[in-house]
Amino acid sequence: MASKTAAAKDIITLHGSAAIVSEFFCYAANSILYNRAVYPEESFVKVKKYGLPMLLIEDESVKSFLSNLTSQISEWLEAGKLQRVVLVIMSKATGEVLERWNFRIETDNEVVEKGVSREKSDKEIMREIQAIMRQVASSITYLPCLDEACVFDVLAYTDTDVAVPFTWIESDPKLIANPQMVKLHAFDTKIHKVDTLVSYKNDEWDEEE
Amino acid sequence: MDAGMSTSSHLKAQARFPLQEHFLPRKNSKENLDRFIPNRSAMDFDYAHYALTEGRKGKDQAAAAVSSPSREAYRKQLAETMNLNHTRILAFRNKPQAPVELLPTDHSASLNQQPKSVKPRRYIPQSSERTLDAPDIVDDFYLNLLDWGSANVLAIALGHTVYLWDASTGSTSELVTIDEEKGPVTSINWAPDGRHVAIGLNNSEVQLWDSASNRQLRTLKGGHQSRVGSLAWNNHILTTGGMDGQIVNNDVRIRSHVVETYRGHTQEVCGLKWSGSGQQLASGGNDNVVHIWDRSVASSNSTTQWLHRLEEHTSAVKALAWCPFQANLLATGGGGGDRTIKFWNTHTGACLNSVDTGSQVCSLLWSKNERELLSSHGFTQNQLTLWKYPSMVKMAELSGHTSRVLYMAQSPDGCTVASAAGDETLRFWNVFGVPEIAKKAAPKAAHEPFSHVNRIR
Repeated sequence: MASKTAAAKDIITLHGSAAIVSEFFCYAANSILYNRAVYPEESFVKVKKYGLPMLLIEDESVKSFLSNLTSQISEWLEAGKLQRVVLVIMSKATGEVLERWNFRIETDNEVVEKGVSREKSDKEIMREIQAIMRQVASSITYLPCLDEACVFDVLAYTDTDVAVPFTWIESDPKLIANPQMVKLHAFDTKIHKVDTLVSYKNDEWDEEE
Repeated sequence: MDAGMSTSSHLKAQARFPLQEHFLPRKNSKENLDRFIPNRSAMDFDYAHYALTEGRKGKDQAAAAVSSPSREAYRKQLAETMNLNHTRILAFRNKPQAPVELLPTDHSASLNQQPKSVKPRRYIPQSSERTLDAPDIVDDFYLNLLDWGSANVLAIALGHTVYLWDASTGSTSELVTIDEEKGPVTSINWAPDGRHVAIGLNNSEVQLWDSASNRQLRTLKGGHQSRVGSLAWNNHILTTGGMDGQIVNNDVRIRSHVVETYRGHTQEVCGLKWSGSGQQLASGGNDNVVHIWDRSVASSNSTTQWLHRLEEHTSAVKALAWCPFQANLLATGGGGGDRTIKFWNTHTGACLNSVDTGSQVCSLLWSKNERELLSSHGFTQNQLTLWKYPSMVKMAELSGHTSRVLYMAQSPDGCTVASAAGDETLRFWNVFGVPEIAKKAAPKAAHEPFSHVNRIR
């Protein structure tokens, strides 16, 4: 992680930034799963992170899925090959895509190529992430209800020249037809900038108004 | 129109821009395959959409007093994606366990507005449902020794003998044993009526049999100079492909049966399939070439020019399959040196997609019920692979055979696949669904080739 110096700004290395981003993704995914009720409330446990009570899922298979994911994402971030990560929520029964949480990642290529490090205050990053987490939690006010049982999946958009590990397969983008989109806050470690966007399927009831 | 959104100022909803070209509004997003875009996953919708909306950008900005951040961001996202034209989309292979449903099911049913009944993800059994012995089956890549007729009878050639297995009763009967000097049997194919069967022999003859009365009706001679390894029926025309590289259209009703010869292959013709419409014929050969022949390209005399000559494969092409739900779409599979499945638009001759499977492709079958493709392979796994179309994501890998799975046939109801290999087993797989769910196709009145003649010869 970033090393603490006497100055207000901390030094952030590529490795550290990748760790921040992948950790953010893990907590964001958990938060989405909890808030969208993909998994029942009882399967989550509360931890303190980013100055907020964050919820982490206890289920072993989901935990190992997310940890495999985050380690792979971290690796791709350090290589500068990751373009975005998408968490897709699909109906369990029909497989139809209902929501897409799109985390777009902009990498400062200079850091990847030359290995320099940047400076930004740790607290500042934490505050930005906190803002996103609060927005995710409040998203349930406008996102349509997911009344049916849902499953989730995670897609990674990478450069074409990336070596695909055996555990990953090519996928289709799982797009939503005619989506509604809402842009959330972004955070920036000065090495990686992460934009958040949620697109969801139009709830048919909205049309009548 | 977009009321119902939260009142927070920066959350103005995005107006409806279609991401995919929809000609009709569709409620069920499962049914959104546009017939003009066969390979959806290769399309860059973001770029296409950006290109479509670019003209209106100037007007919008002038008109809108407040340009919502979400709209700006969306545009920016599209513009950037346009530059990043080549992106791979990956998903983790081992999916997490789905949550246990706690909500009562009738709650979700009341909100279900889809006209079609909801189909759950089906379970594909990983092992064969049934295994039968197939002793003396010839282990030759270029032959086609298995076919499942529309009367639900499976015909298989083991050495010099042709056996019929009735799928509804499970009983086996022997149709014919060919004489030593004529055999072994090199190809077998049911006529569309499910009653008559054509048997190609090693000595270049083709015999026509009536399975109901167990009588031989006819022998077609003189069409080829060497063994007939592939057969395909098109109503009353029986197309035969030989080791001499020739393809002959035989009209089985008339005495002088050779009506047309297609020349183009320089080596054995091992794959032969008529399209669903009966308008086009696909042929694959040991010369690594796939030819598309069109019936509308009529010829006066003997040789007919091919419509397309597809040379992209680097090994013999035996696996050919016409797509049942999309016209002019052909899937081809290459042998050991090629190992790819390629998709073609047979109207234009363009190659739409090519997927490396890692193993020789011996046979291909499309699902009649879903948008899926089944391929059978050889070394090393000898597996059957089920692919989702058009994403070409592997849905299942079925193993069991211990040598290359050379022959595959599909049941008439489209649910079961039979596969035979050099390991002398015939296996049945319920890979395309369970018989109760699949719609029973109305029995088609198949054109009987011999219905209006009393006697042949």
